[in-house]
Amino acid sequence: MARFRVNGVEQELDIEPEMPLLWALRDELGLTGTKFGCGVAACGACTVQVNGNPVRSCVTPVSAVEGTEITTIEGLTASAGALLSPVQQAWIEHQVPQCGYCQSGMIMAVSALLTSNPNPTDADVDGAITNVCRCGTYPRVRRAIRSLTSTTTA
Amino acid sequence: MKMNRRRFLLGTTVIGGGLLIGYATTRPSKHAQANANLATDEQSFLTTWLRIDPDNTVTVIVPHSEMGQGVLTSLPMMAADEMDADWSKVRVEQAPATDLFANGVLIKGFAVSMGVSVPRFLDGLIDTAAQIMNIQITGGSSSVRFTGENGMRVAGAAAREMLIKTAAARWEVPESELTARLSHVHHEATGRSFTYGDLVTDAARFEPSPTPVLKDPSAFTLMGKSIPRIDIPAKVDGSAAYGIDARLPGMLYAAVKTSPVFGNKLVSVNSDAVMQRRGVVRVVELEDAVAVVADNYWRAKEALAALDIRFEETANDQVSTQSIYAQYDTALQGELEEDVEEGDTPAALASAAQVIEATYRVPYLAHAAMEPMNCTVHFHDGKCDVWTGTQDNLGIRGRVASVAEMDENDVTLHPFYLGGGFGRRLPNVTNTIDQATRIAQQFDVPVKTIWSREEDIQQDYYRPAVTSKFRAGFDANNRLIAWENHYIGRNEPAEAAHTPYSIENKSIAFAESETHVPFGAWRSVAHSQHTFFLESFVDELAHRSGQNPYQFRLDMLADKPRHAAVLRAAAERAGWERNLPEGHAQGIALQESFGSIVAQVAEVSITPDGQVRVHRVTCAVDCGRAINPDTVASQAESGVIFGLTAALFGEITIEQGRVVQSNFTDYEMLRLADSPEIDVVTIKSGAALGGLGEPATPPVAAAVANAVYILTGQRVRELPLKNYRFTTVPPESV
Ligand code: FES
Ligand code: FES
Repeated sequence: MARFRVNGVEQELDIEPEMPLLWALRDELGLTGTKFGCGVAACGACTVQVNGNPVRSCVTPVSAVEGTEITTIEGLTASAGALLSPVQQAWIEHQVPQCGYCQSGMIMAVSALLTSNPNPTDADVDGAITNVCRCGTYPRVRRAIRSLTSTTTA
Repeated sequence: MKMNRRRFLLGTTVIGGGLLIGYATTRPSKHAQANANLATDEQSFLTTWLRIDPDNTVTVIVPHSEMGQGVLTSLPMMAADEMDADWSKVRVEQAPATDLFANGVLIKGFAVSMGVSVPRFLDGLIDTAAQIMNIQITGGSSSVRFTGENGMRVAGAAAREMLIKTAAARWEVPESELTARLSHVHHEATGRSFTYGDLVTDAARFEPSPTPVLKDPSAFTLMGKSIPRIDIPAKVDGSAAYGIDARLPGMLYAAVKTSPVFGNKLVSVNSDAVMQRRGVVRVVELEDAVAVVADNYWRAKEALAALDIRFEETANDQVSTQSIYAQYDTALQGELEEDVEEGDTPAALASAAQVIEATYRVPYLAHAAMEPMNCTVHFHDGKCDVWTGTQDNLGIRGRVASVAEMDENDVTLHPFYLGGGFGRRLPNVTNTIDQATRIAQQFDVPVKTIWSREEDIQQDYYRPAVTSKFRAGFDANNRLIAWENHYIGRNEPAEAAHTPYSIENKSIAFAESETHVPFGAWRSVAHSQHTFFLESFVDELAHRSGQNPYQFRLDMLADKPRHAAVLRAAAERAGWERNLPEGHAQGIALQESFGSIVAQVAEVSITPDGQVRVHRVTCAVDCGRAINPDTVASQAESGVIFGLTAALFGEITIEQGRVVQSNFTDYEMLRLADSPEIDVVTIKSGAALGGLGEPATPPVAAAVANAVYILTGQRVRELPLKNYRFTTVPPESV
């Protein structure tokens, strides 16, 4: 039995302890906002937050998140209420997504970074945001992040 | 096939007092079907692209797929602008995959731009005019150019004219006294107005003009404005659904392993070894693959990995990148087919004061769209439902029908967003779709086939490796007089190997050299290889003849003012060779593709460990005019990153007949840290609209390599750049 909270809801799943969190979320819980990109921790499409920390769910067995609080993109949206979270709003403002497939993971990684480090330098951002975007939205990702950090500074 | 405009674009039919104006197919009866399928009793079609409801909302039906290029926004903008609709009341729907929305306009556009022939990458799919009418393809940077210009704008303008006529009749005033604005028709003299919704039923009485008056660009209210894309909110809140997200009651999941040597057949598999595993339902044997079907994708994938799968061995097991290059070299020494023959190149080379030769090549590349390949299929009651994201919903529907040997009308395709296309989701590259269909045929529940990233990298349809050999001759006055180019494999667009520069004697020829590695269109198709070759070699010629690479190009563009203007714009914006930081250098490159002209300047340095670092790419674009400028900028940024990823890292190698690379660990992608600043300059030439999904990809590799030459004195004639360890040399020694 795997037990953890997802977006504030207690979950108890009768699944193998070694099942990656990604597939538990997508196939067992139907939370398809979290994406599969590589399965080997090399792209970040599957990024969720575990107790606020960014985690690549494709290589994280559910046994490793026993008793934790997991936030997915759906949870980020819901917890922001009627408005989206600041990161999501900045993503719209800067028209970041193209195909959009990488963006759940990108947004989860960025919002985790900004929570732990509200004013990251470009080098901090480069080090923390290693998600792959095949559409090449990086210039806009950077612009959107910069807009958030300068807002925070002001 | 006759394609006169009236017949092609618009037709009418009266249905129960309402008017339906359709995008004419060859069978007008279809308009009735369109009405039945998509309009309720309260709604009427004005055209198959437009629907106006009594509540005054306008719905624009988009026949292309949204894969990040903004087409769900740009096309409706074009229709809404021409009909003077209130953008806040415009809804957008993806056309269902029925041939009522077949994209004939697009085919016409292709036919116009490429002569009468259908592009080669559609071959095998199309052989009759009737089938041409069934294409709903998204590719060739064509959506806005063809569907938008010939379809959306005409439909919008025709609708507007009809609404004005209707209002004029009701008020009994001349049409000339009426104006249309924000989804209303106004009679300024009396202050009266109708909403479009008020007029829609009566509009039935009027014939739509096949040639309505289109707006002058100065009257555009939406076109040319950066309108926020309508697909973006769903893409930041996790709600956008891609094919891989399809969820259906009772659905099973399939994981697949295909013969790593393309085309080799399955010999054996020990299926029993996994049948006791939790969730495993069945092991399916296909001709050249094995699938495990389970109740959860991970369970299927784990079981698949535990199987002992044997494939046959064939002569293809001996093929390697090296053997392919050797085969290419042999082919280039044999008989060649003519591509361009102008002047007398052999004589010019023989008389030249200086002859420069070089051989270039680039490796195979995979698409690696972010969303791994997938397709969900459900056979039930003699019908078939398909859930997937494709670049051509009708084409894929047809493909599933033919694999399943069913009537197309019994197959329903449910369109989804695409997690990237780049050519990988076109209807002629359907190995995933074919497998998913064959697997699902063995079940009466929906089966979602998902490829691992490893399968995606190793079972792609690859941008081909190409070798290209050049010889060029200068006369005694240091003037380039001869250009000879022999290359492997002519693909689309056929003119990809043609240099834009005016040179008196040109001889371009090619040899075909088939391999067992599957071929596919990869963003910008043949331009991606040839622009690297052409623009590197031209640069080489500039340096070897002691000329400035920018000026050298400009001098040869006297008869191509648009090209020259774009080149100049890029150089000026980038501050060509002015005030660069120490250790930085710039390279430049130019190409026209898909109706747009793009020039790029890359600013580059070499890292202490001998790697290339790209700091800034200035990208000047002439795409005629921009429908949605911000989308143009984002497509240009995207194209640059795509081309740069390939230039720096992109390499698929073949060994023992199979692909060596397997995932993003060894098929590397550019990431944020390596992403340059990208500065996009658009030039409004007013020329015919060009595409933008692809044209920014080709020039960047040469622009970067040309800068590397300045820093290192080393001419890069083979990609990717990660395979080099560069050392910088003092500028004066180059
Ligand atoms: S899917 Fe988890 S990092 Fe790529
Ligand atoms: S937006 Fe397409 S992969 Fe990032």
